[in-house]
Amino acid sequence: MNTVISPTRPPAMPLRFPTPIGGVAGTSFKPQHLSDILEAGPRRGFFEVHAENYMGDGGPPHRALEAIRRDHPLSLHGVCMSIGGPRPLDKAHLARFRALVARYQPALVSEHLAWSTHETSFFNDLLPLPYTDATLACVCDHIDQVQEAIRRPLLLENPSTYVAFRESTMRETEFIRAIAERTGCGLLLDVNNVFVSATNQGTSALDYLANFPLAHVQEIHLAGHAEQADDEGDLLLIDSHDGPVADAVWKLYEIVIRRRGAVPTLIEWDSRIPDWPVLQAEAAAAQAILDRHQSSGVAGERHAA
Amino acid sequence: MRPEAGLSFAASFAPALLDPARHTPEIVTGPNGKAANRRYDVYRNNVTVSLIEALAAVYPAVQRITGPEFFRAMARFHVRNHPPASPLLFEYGRDFPEFIEAYEHAQDMPWLADVARIERAWLDAYHARDAAPLAPTRLSAIAPERLADAVFIPHPAMRIVRSPFAAVTIFAANRGDAPAERIDASAPEDALITRPELDVAVRHLPAGGAVFASCLAAGRPLGEAAVSALDASPEFDIASNIAGLIAAGAFISLAAGDT
Repeated sequence: MNTVISPTRPPAMPLRFPTPIGGVAGTSFKPQHLSDILEAGPRRGFFEVHAENYMGDGGPPHRALEAIRRDHPLSLHGVCMSIGGPRPLDKAHLARFRALVARYQPALVSEHLAWSTHETSFFNDLLPLPYTDATLACVCDHIDQVQEAIRRPLLLENPSTYVAFRESTMRETEFIRAIAERTGCGLLLDVNNVFVSATNQGTSALDYLANFPLAHVQEIHLAGHAEQADDEGDLLLIDSHDGPVADAVWKLYEIVIRRRGAVPTLIEWDSRIPDWPVLQAEAAAAQAILDRHQSSGVAGERHAA
Repeated sequence: MRPEAGLSFAASFAPALLDPARHTPEIVTGPNGKAANRRYDVYRNNVTVSLIEALAAVYPAVQRITGPEFFRAMARFHVRNHPPASPLLFEYGRDFPEFIEAYEHAQDMPWLADVARIERAWLDAYHARDAAPLAPTRLSAIAPERLADAVFIPHPAMRIVRSPFAAVTIFAANRGDAPAERIDASAPEDALITRPELDVAVRHLPAGGAVFASCLAAGRPLGEAAVSALDASPEFDIASNIAGLIAAGAFISLAAGDT
């Protein structure tokens, strides 16, 4: 017989399950804070970077990231994979993402339930998608591809939304739960996005959290938002990442932590970036809440969802 | 490619993002029957503003020269007609200098496109692959009779921008916060951009220097490059030019025949 049974090609990158970093608060890493951070020395917590900013071949961005990574856990947060879009994933972009994961061995790796590229145009925004059986299958297929490439589970972030799709047949929480169950991915719960979307969609943030599969949550994002008005003159919240976390979002966060237990929590601040001490103080506020709940989290809650 | 069944939402949602003449897509709505125009406008605004800011980040001197209002109007025009094709925003705007050159309201600043070209080269040098520059002693180790055959490998960050205007001086005067001084824009200037370590450096090349450096970067031997440079500019000085290029970190290695 000439049939050759060829084994599956061995993966070039081994499967990896990074050590959990526990209930610590981190911040976005911004290059303008590099000297302050290095001067202060190693600190409890972690730093998160947007993967795309480190996809150049060399130069200062990689030197800065190496310096940060030497003493701190890293969270690699992809912004442009377009996982929620109908187009096949950009293979070159996926290869770059995989190379960053291999090079920096981050503690956390995440992406968005959103899309940003259509045809040949990249829109540089986290655009929304309808929640249907067809989009669910497409998103799951994309996450499978990412997880196969990076050889570890991805954390998927819930979006902030401003519109709804007429064709949606599922609630967002149902959609996200199905993704987590089908793909085995973890979830990044952005509590500010929950508050922004609930306000904009006229729903309840508490209901959303009650229906959210908290057991899959392995990272939390907190950020500031801005206020505008919709066509009817009602409040429309914008996920602007340009200020401190709102009081209402802190309250929701504490509810989540009480139920879920302490998980790595990021203060996201991407625009009108403050001095390092201001950002650090926001992280300290999150750490205080985490520390109050380090041993809590209903055991049943983790497995029942 | 036709989208599969149930996946046409992006094709419906995307076209109006960068086209203010189009209406809000029919497929979206506000909650409980509310309108979605101002809601959809949030996405339009995010896309347009973030891409204008991406161009401003690549071309800060151009923005300082034109002022933010002029720059944003020019950039908005470019963003709407040439959105990025790559998710890497530091790659965006390669065709912006050509756009500036043809932009009707920038015709009284004929040097502006060349300043943009230097800024584009600056950012490419910033993100280029790291490499150790050629040690100056390598050149003196070559026997004099072999020097004319020496071939250089350019550093990944090395770039040359030639301008019939004083683009280097104008670039340098507008990358910081220093108060503007009068510049004679009509003096031609060529720029050498390098990044031997962490810092990008922009130098003004002497007469014939750009021809010389371009020949060497293209892999032509030292002797040929010097002849081309002398053809272009009789006052070209080979010794100071080669020493200057090596000191700037323009090369990573050097081969001389069979040595």
